[in-house]
Amino acid sequence: MKNLWLVIKREYITRVRRRAFILATLLTPLGLALFFVIVTFIFSYENDEVQRIAVIDEGNLFEGSLADQQGLYFNLEDAPLEELKQQLGEGEDAYSGILVVPEINNPRQANFSATFYSDAKLTIDLQEVLERRIERGLRAYKMESFELDEQLLAALDTDVRIGSRTLTAGEEEEEEDTSFAGEVGAIIGTAMGFIMYITVFVYGMMVMRSVMEEKTNRIVEVVVSSVRPFTLMLGKIIGVGAVGLTQVLAWAILIPALLFLAMLLFGFDAEGAQAMAEQQGTAMDQAEAQAFVDQAMAGLATVNWWLVVPSFFIYFLGGYFMYAALFAAVGSAMGDDLGEGQALTIPITIPVILAFYIMIAALRAPNSSMAVWSSLFPLFSPIVMPARLPFDPPFWQVGLSLLLLIAAAIGLVWVSGRIYRVGILNYGKKGSFKQMWKWFFMRD
Amino acid sequence: MTPINTETASILRVEKVRKEYGPKIAVDDVSFSMPPDAILGLLGPNGAGKTSLIRMITTITRPDSGQIYFEGQPLNSYHPTQIGYLPEERGLYKKMYVGEQLLYLARLKGLDKATATKRAKEWLEKFLLADQWSKKVEELSKGMQQQVQFIATVIHEPRLLILDEPFSGLDPVNTGRMREEIRRLRAEGTGIIFSTHRMEQVEEICQYIVLINQGRNILEGRVAQIRQDFREHRYQLVYRGELPTDLGDRYHITTAKPGELEIGLDPAQDSNALLHYLIKHNVEIQIFQEILPTLNDIFIRQVTQIS
Repeated sequence: MKNLWLVIKREYITRVRRRAFILATLLTPLGLALFFVIVTFIFSYENDEVQRIAVIDEGNLFEGSLADQQGLYFNLEDAPLEELKQQLGEGEDAYSGILVVPEINNPRQANFSATFYSDAKLTIDLQEVLERRIERGLRAYKMESFELDEQLLAALDTDVRIGSRTLTAGEEEEEEDTSFAGEVGAIIGTAMGFIMYITVFVYGMMVMRSVMEEKTNRIVEVVVSSVRPFTLMLGKIIGVGAVGLTQVLAWAILIPALLFLAMLLFGFDAEGAQAMAEQQGTAMDQAEAQAFVDQAMAGLATVNWWLVVPSFFIYFLGGYFMYAALFAAVGSAMGDDLGEGQALTIPITIPVILAFYIMIAALRAPNSSMAVWSSLFPLFSPIVMPARLPFDPPFWQVGLSLLLLIAAAIGLVWVSGRIYRVGILNYGKKGSFKQMWKWFFMRD
Repeated sequence: MTPINTETASILRVEKVRKEYGPKIAVDDVSFSMPPDAILGLLGPNGAGKTSLIRMITTITRPDSGQIYFEGQPLNSYHPTQIGYLPEERGLYKKMYVGEQLLYLARLKGLDKATATKRAKEWLEKFLLADQWSKKVEELSKGMQQQVQFIATVIHEPRLLILDEPFSGLDPVNTGRMREEIRRLRAEGTGIIFSTHRMEQVEEICQYIVLINQGRNILEGRVAQIRQDFREHRYQLVYRGELPTDLGDRYHITTAKPGELEIGLDPAQDSNALLHYLIKHNVEIQIFQEILPTLNDIFIRQVTQIS
């Protein structure tokens, strides 16, 4: 027990103080924040270009007024087109373009075309803005000619949302879900599944490399004369796992903090966001945005955190132990040549990748039979089940899945330990599954 | 723990130990006992089963049958802390600091932190490596790494020390220093098993050998005794003056150089009679000695004879 602790401590400390680890832990959030700042900058950059556009409104569609917007000024002109063309250019009073909106003949016409004269080619952004302006003008004009009431028209469209009520067994009262619960669940599920996927790969591989390193450096010969190979393997898995947890925790704190800081410093202001949204044609007014946030919060509140968080933690540990042990066994079978042994890792990586795709499918249909069976199967469950958790899967499924996972994790750690103990002291033979099979049955 | 009677029990006794790996018998009924006052040389060609045997002694693996006794007790999980093993295939954590590495390995052997620190510093000073404490192992020369490795093997003051090719990669100065330490440890009562292919080292260091070939113990005993047992009755004669003319008729001369002869005697012939004969003929004898076979000769003869 004391030796296990010593091994864990060594594995943890020597990794955590490595420059590469510190850099990765600090620079990743910094890089993300920087990326965020740059993206914000790029989006806000377009705003400082000022364009003046002359509009010849032949049908008086805009009724004498056309509102300016950021970086875009409209002038309704009566002068003839040929005269205005002379004013096209770069200067202070010059126009960057002339929009000719012809008279409308028939209010029922479904197509309408206007012409834009300019020295430069019409940009997509500007085209969208102009088209939308004309559409709005046409709409107002048509409503007037058809004598339509704006309110009546608005009443035609109905916003339909389905509120789902989950009937939880044993619970009398039904909680009303907001329409957002599904989306929020999917986001949380994806995040958890993704974290599992990354963790298994990155830290599982780290365990494997560390086993190989000890074997090729022949340190293991010295160490196993003091520590049982199983203790050494377990200590390594726990130590590297603790390194992983440290990194994930550091990111969980640093990333939001730095993003928040970036927002404060580089003015990701509401106005900019509004402008951005407007440009993308998804303008959302203040009230709507507030409603969105409220619904999202309500969605978060409906998630059964008391189930999700502890189960995720167990899935995290179970999945990590299971795969890390397999990676350790494979690492012990590898020779000095990483490339040669790479084939041995394929049977481990395939279930991880499969589980990832099943997880994505499970998000769409959390109660499909594929989702249910995969979330019970231990090699898949650590990735698939966390994604289903926010959708309140039946309790027996979670329980059974956890039970199977824990049993499988213990079993696989034991099996890997048996392969590992022989593998680490075997230099000559090239590792193969046949060898590993033999090693498993070999007596101490 | 039952009290250990170190007075009577050998530090290590191997009794009919057998180990198979699949169809291959790595160790086949090997028995020997460490004499109390000698450094034991464990010899054998590559693949003879030495490493398999050592791994069982260090409790890394277990015998399929037979038993190993440590100071009279069957090996148990406490004994690894009493054994120091310097494997032939050895290494250190390259990225760890020298001091930290020694502490880690010492604490795995059961030392507390304070004792481990104190001893690590003492040993590094002894090997003139005190200023390397906070250097990374990879920054050290190969010879220095070897010495750090040796310190890690002995830092917990083991009762039994197993050294497999301890001098490989060391220059003569460091070899001498380490040999000195090995002698000192022996004098303090540490049981030492020394394994090597370098027979001249065995003759210098070991007083007792066990020769393993194809998993079997084929030769065992005190070095002096073994050399006597394998004597070929060859004598070296260095002389001045004229040799008797009929010497070649009476004795078998294997090599002849000016002033020096090598003579082979029949088992029936007596070396004293030869000496008398030479003196009678007024040969001035400077050196007259029996040429005993070297361990190297014996090793090669034994191993090739069997395989």
